[in-house]
Amino acid sequence: MAKEITSTADLSLESGTSLWRDAYYRLKQNKLALFGLYVFVAIGLFSLIGPWISPHTYDAQDLDLVSRPPSMEHWMGTDNLGRDVCTRIMYGGRISIGVGLAATLVSLVIGILYGTVSGFAGGKTDTAMMRVVDILYALPFTVFVIILMVVFGRNIVLLFVAIGAVEWLTMARIVRGQVLSLRKLEFIEAATALGLSRTRIILRHIIPSVLGPVIVYSTLTIPSAMLLEAVLSFLGLGVQPPMSSWGLLIKDGAEMMEVYPWLLIFPALFFSTTLFSLNFLGDGLRDALDPQSANN
Amino acid sequence: MSLGNNKEALLSVRNLNVRFHTRNGIVHAVNNLSFDLNKGEALGIVGESGSGKSVSCYSIMGLLPQPPGRIESGEAWLGNVDLLKASSKQLQSIRGKRIGMIFQDPMTSLNPYLRVSTQLIEPLLIHERIPKKEARKRAIQALEEVGIHDASKRIDYYPHEFSGGMRQRVMIAMALITEPEILIADEPTTALDVTVQAQILDIIQTRREKLGTAVIFITHDLAVVAGFCNRVNVMYAGRIIESAPTETLFRTPKHPYTRALQQSIPALHSKESALYTIPGSPPNLYQDIKGCPFAPRCEYATDACTTESMVLEAVNKGQSTACLREQRGELS
Repeated sequence: MAKEITSTADLSLESGTSLWRDAYYRLKQNKLALFGLYVFVAIGLFSLIGPWISPHTYDAQDLDLVSRPPSMEHWMGTDNLGRDVCTRIMYGGRISIGVGLAATLVSLVIGILYGTVSGFAGGKTDTAMMRVVDILYALPFTVFVIILMVVFGRNIVLLFVAIGAVEWLTMARIVRGQVLSLRKLEFIEAATALGLSRTRIILRHIIPSVLGPVIVYSTLTIPSAMLLEAVLSFLGLGVQPPMSSWGLLIKDGAEMMEVYPWLLIFPALFFSTTLFSLNFLGDGLRDALDPQSANN
Repeated sequence: MSLGNNKEALLSVRNLNVRFHTRNGIVHAVNNLSFDLNKGEALGIVGESGSGKSVSCYSIMGLLPQPPGRIESGEAWLGNVDLLKASSKQLQSIRGKRIGMIFQDPMTSLNPYLRVSTQLIEPLLIHERIPKKEARKRAIQALEEVGIHDASKRIDYYPHEFSGGMRQRVMIAMALITEPEILIADEPTTALDVTVQAQILDIIQTRREKLGTAVIFITHDLAVVAGFCNRVNVMYAGRIIESAPTETLFRTPKHPYTRALQQSIPALHSKESALYTIPGSPPNLYQDIKGCPFAPRCEYATDACTTESMVLEAVNKGQSTACLREQRGELS
């Protein structure tokens, strides 16, 4: 603790240092995590803004320029239909990162609510709610998605829902575990002794206290959701051409990797860089929010 | 002490029985506990670990974790409300408003994620529904009253920026901010070192005198009780075995256990090498004990002590004991 305080001497004592602020300063010291954050933001901006700047569109075919290697005109080459790979990666990034963020958001909302209620209620309610999670866990994911696709037809929104529906399970378990240990702490008891209602205790005392692990886990959920999207697209269950996603691009690239390696290399590069940067960021956040584990 | 319904008492607990249903059996934590707390009085509850002193107060506050705990029977009248049968809504409006509570460990009883100010004004916002600004003013004043300098600045600190003694001051300010009629202090000085202990006791004492709050002071430290309480209940194995005004208790303890307790206080100037200890160990609470729970360790015990049921009876003015032989006048 003393180390942090000396290194952050610019802190004014008047306002007091929250644990969040402490964590922020620790995160700022972690070069790898910051690098991860910058890379992720850069790739995100590239995907978001790129398509407006790019002279090409994701579905414009140029049959005179089929499967060309990288050049000044097409930075990352063209695919077998003469579409600009760079632009397709930008659009793919929108979908992939979008799926990652949206699915994480879904998992956050459902997971926190479900986990908090289950952990705080305890007893039989808790057991029943956790068995439901166990059952859903046991469902094979691919089969679940195929069934969804068959029943509701293919569309991107469904993809978001399907991935979110799987990711919230782990989130709920993490939150429940946290709440279970929090519930026994004295400051929750003290809050009860002050006459706070259950709802107020959950909203004011429990949820803010579980946010640390939740934030860490969500930075790790984003890449895992992106990976799921890639798997689905790779299997042909996800995004449909001519729309693109990183998973889809990798799949197309893999089919022709011996002849036209750039079709695989570039999307794979973007995808793995993003996953890595998010993992670095997640690790850094974990260390920042839980200084005890950082020492190990 | 009369055990009929005492209309004058602020809080009157009658025949409280608390059990813990565990995998290994039923723990008889509190047995037939009755006591009164008068207005403005400082009542000490003394006993060793596991004697049921905290459990009984937690039960009164509705803070007993259920399960495994279960209140089998009993009443706890605060005015015309029976706390043990009150709805959770009713309890919420009483906790923090009419009864405040301080806990043992100040390091863990404040939420580390919230500023002290946020936590301090919470009871005011809930119970008095006053605007935040006003609540903040009162909170600053409350902090000053428990001896925290620079309160208007420090109120925005986070709990980890306070020392243990400071945090306990904050807890006291928080418990008393709504000026409750009763303050339950559950070993508030156990986790603090001795110099800070004295300061904290001092603060509770001055606040008590100013606000006229009645205090239930739970402790295992007879020395603390001596300087602080008007009356003391000595608990053993979930029962009150002696109750007396503090002075009487120290001058003429009637129960052998109380006497033994006093002998086990280390004296600084005594030359005796070994400190007196009570032989044996506290009884197993998995069994429902008939007779006096202290009998197996008591040098005066007779057969009657283990077979006849134990009742608290007045032997002197204001003093009552559960010792059968003392009641019969056999020991003196």
